[in-house]
Amino acid sequence: MKAKEFALKLGLTEEEFDRIQNGLGREPNETELGMFSVMWSEHCSYKNTRKELRKFPTTGPAVLVKAGEENAGVVDAGDGLALAFKIESHNHPSAVEPFQGAATGVGGILRDIFTMGARPVAFMDSLRFGRPDAPGEAGKRTRSLIHGVVAGISHYGNCVGVPTVGGELVFDPAYEGNPLVNVFCLGTLRHDQIRRGAAKGVGNPVFYVGAKTGRDGLAGAAFASRDLTEESKADRPAVQVGDPFVGKLLFEACLELYARPDLVVGVQDMGAAGLTCSTCETASRGGSGIEIELRKVPQRETGMTPFETLLSESQERMLIIVRKGRERELKEIFARWGLDAAEIGTVTDTGRVVVMEGGKVVADLPARMLADDAPVYERAAMTPAKLAEKQKYDLGKILPAQPRVKEDLLKLARSPATGSRRWVWNQYDHMVGLRTVVRPGSDAAVLRVEKPGGGWVRVAMTLDGNGRWCAQDPREGSKALVAEACRNLACAGAVPLGLTDNLNYGNPHDPELFWQLREGVEGMAEACRAFDLPVTGGNVSLYNQSPSGPIHPTPVVGVVGKVDEGVKLAPAVFSTGGGEVVLLGTTASGGLGASLYLQEVHGVIAGKLAAVDLVSEKKLHAVTRMVLAQPGVRAVHDVGEGGILWALAEMTFGEGSAGGEFRVPCGKERPEEALFGEGAGRILVELDETSMPTVENLAKEGGVELTHLGRTGGKDLQVTVHGAEMIWPVAELRDGFEKSLPKALGP
Amino acid sequence: MRFAVVQFPGSNCDQDCVHALRGLGQEARLVWHHETRLDPDEGVILPGGFSYGDYLRCGAIARFSPMMQSVKAAAERGQVVVGICNGFQILCEAGLLPGALTRNEGLHFRCEPSHLRVESPASRFTSGYGTGQMLRIPIAHGEGCYRAEPKVLEELEARQQILFRYCDAEGRVTAEANPNGSSHSIAGIRNQAGNVLGMMPHPERACEPEMGGLDGKGILLGAAGIGRSA
Repeated sequence: MKAKEFALKLGLTEEEFDRIQNGLGREPNETELGMFSVMWSEHCSYKNTRKELRKFPTTGPAVLVKAGEENAGVVDAGDGLALAFKIESHNHPSAVEPFQGAATGVGGILRDIFTMGARPVAFMDSLRFGRPDAPGEAGKRTRSLIHGVVAGISHYGNCVGVPTVGGELVFDPAYEGNPLVNVFCLGTLRHDQIRRGAAKGVGNPVFYVGAKTGRDGLAGAAFASRDLTEESKADRPAVQVGDPFVGKLLFEACLELYARPDLVVGVQDMGAAGLTCSTCETASRGGSGIEIELRKVPQRETGMTPFETLLSESQERMLIIVRKGRERELKEIFARWGLDAAEIGTVTDTGRVVVMEGGKVVADLPARMLADDAPVYERAAMTPAKLAEKQKYDLGKILPAQPRVKEDLLKLARSPATGSRRWVWNQYDHMVGLRTVVRPGSDAAVLRVEKPGGGWVRVAMTLDGNGRWCAQDPREGSKALVAEACRNLACAGAVPLGLTDNLNYGNPHDPELFWQLREGVEGMAEACRAFDLPVTGGNVSLYNQSPSGPIHPTPVVGVVGKVDEGVKLAPAVFSTGGGEVVLLGTTASGGLGASLYLQEVHGVIAGKLAAVDLVSEKKLHAVTRMVLAQPGVRAVHDVGEGGILWALAEMTFGEGSAGGEFRVPCGKERPEEALFGEGAGRILVELDETSMPTVENLAKEGGVELTHLGRTGGKDLQVTVHGAEMIWPVAELRDGFEKSLPKALGP
Repeated sequence: MRFAVVQFPGSNCDQDCVHALRGLGQEARLVWHHETRLDPDEGVILPGGFSYGDYLRCGAIARFSPMMQSVKAAAERGQVVVGICNGFQILCEAGLLPGALTRNEGLHFRCEPSHLRVESPASRFTSGYGTGQMLRIPIAHGEGCYRAEPKVLEELEARQQILFRYCDAEGRVTAEANPNGSSHSIAGIRNQAGNVLGMMPHPERACEPEMGGLDGKGILLGAAGIGRSA
């Protein structure tokens, strides 16, 4: 009875307790219950979402390490080069302790990547908060969260010497009580350098390396698997404290260790659920067992109980299994880097994780049961009662009788929602490593990566989410999201190789919220299949809700691709003038449903996004890549939030960029729809007049519509729609664009 | 010429410096902070990063490392020593250059291209440039605000030890163009003997067109003794 009460206190359910007791054939002790509570949390076990995640396509010719197999997925980039990448969330920690929460999010994803044997080469981060310009306490708190999170990412990323090359920053009241902090990391390695997290070879020693264990981050995985409440501040001890300096030493030492032939057998980082997770997962993967002695674990605090040592999420620690007889090599390398390396146990063939303290057994559990036998739940899903009402909208009641496009665009340009993110990325070292070819502020970042045999491969990466689209239609919104990410890569001339997803949703026990997740997964899966894009892993973050309600359903996707050999990268901003501008793709605007325009200019979220035509979208990407291989391409930019007018405006914001005169196609719709609609499938290209015939031909052969919009030149943005002509001085728009974010955030 | 690029625990621009030097036809080797050997004919680079985690103060612990004792001796013998970013901080802490680098005036870390004005071509490091020439070289630091006693600043000015100042795109040295609040808009200085250079901007990040320009080449080539006059 007492054990069951303790189990419930730890967040296990009664059924889960019974399952444990029956599986063991005895009553578990408190330490063992602690280990189950973290391993069977949503964060570690995906018990609520596993059935849904199986819907993703996970295979393909480029996949080297599949989703769920290891700490991160790995894809082939040709010439013996492989790319390891993954996304991770640190939403709850960042909500209660923004600086450390975000910093350790960066540290955690970094470890996932170098655990695979890869050298981390780039970060991106996706951040969502309430509105920084909200009045009163809410705005003040949001501003302080933003400052804290950006400083935390800057602190960790800059110090470890891995550039942060892009990402997104989104404001919406839906994230006021529960911000989202998702961090994406890319690493590079040779095919033969891929490391596995499996404990193999009976008698091989198990090493603990890196920072010492303390009481920080106790049961953080369980904390992340609950709703945020008023009392969450009391969970501060569940937030880990990061030390990027040790993180940097740790990954350099590990990479040096891996380079020794046949030394390392298996490696696993200690992230969520720390020592518990790393021991049971490596044993389970290796089909072996592990026995460890807690007295040998380096500790920075005294009097820690086995429960605390096993559940601590202290940062910058790894579990490494090496070949017996070669212990000294490992110890020498870590001593040189000034890091602890303690032999804490051995690999066995018992299939069990046996934990001892001073020779006395304190936990003895089947590894597979902890790591893989968490219950799998089928959660109920129900279409929200208010959905149809949310999706219905009457433009006539929202828009003024006479269009006020001139004022609308200025309003959009002055909103922190659309403003330049320079304030953020200037705080990140985005150049260290000498790989960043396309810096933040473009559609996708591009890195040059050394090929194993010499020479460079160009790798493009992007990180995208859109909670507003998904709130209004989780399925179509998610499809549109994947389409947009691939479109961003197309603008860099890249073929997508793999996708990693972070599913940020609310409480899965609420059928309406679970429905959002299911729809989202199915939408993303459909889009991935259309683009032949495998999902190589990711993260699920549920319980994203605060007393003011759940967040928008917010899947975030990171997509990595390889830039085609012949492609000449073009900026996302206009040249100094004299170029022709064409629209590749559909002329349909998609209407104003779920648009940023309605939210920012008219203060309403209404309607839904037009359905994405995935077949046309794929053709568009192929043609864009071919166009970029032609001489004379000056600029390329996709149409996304804010529609075609905002995309044209953004293209004038480059250093020295010209304005231009354009005619935007408009059918029977209102001009606002033609100009601000966010329908998918559109890319703008500026090119030399002499290149036009070739490009027209490519579009025709590729089955993609091409529409002439006008020419670049002058210092104004001039747009004609339905015969009405509007003019904005570029300087005025750019001024709003550059200043809106710093103004909203304060110093 | 051959360069020894010093690796402190926490250095993170060491590989970038090696890459840039080799790209310019120079030899480069990495030396660990525990080592002490420097060849009498090689130059020394103290690269950027967060040596020893920048605990205490930036560069404050690095100066006690065994290698820094050798670097001091090499500098006194007249060997070329270049400290970039964290390396500049270490040179100041070690007393090889005057002054100190403190928290940026705006408090934030800043990573962006900066415009520099070459103040004096009469040095090994700037002999490839003309007086007043404009360079575009990136900065990436949180503590790059140069401070020194007024008397020291006067001496630096009088002896033309200030090699680079932050300026705007038109070459004007203004408060707005100063990214970190440095006294006299100082971005880089040399020692009196002329063989030690410390600068906050990263010349190794501006040695290839693909990385955003070539303006940093002259500084590294100058360190190697390949100036315009050479």
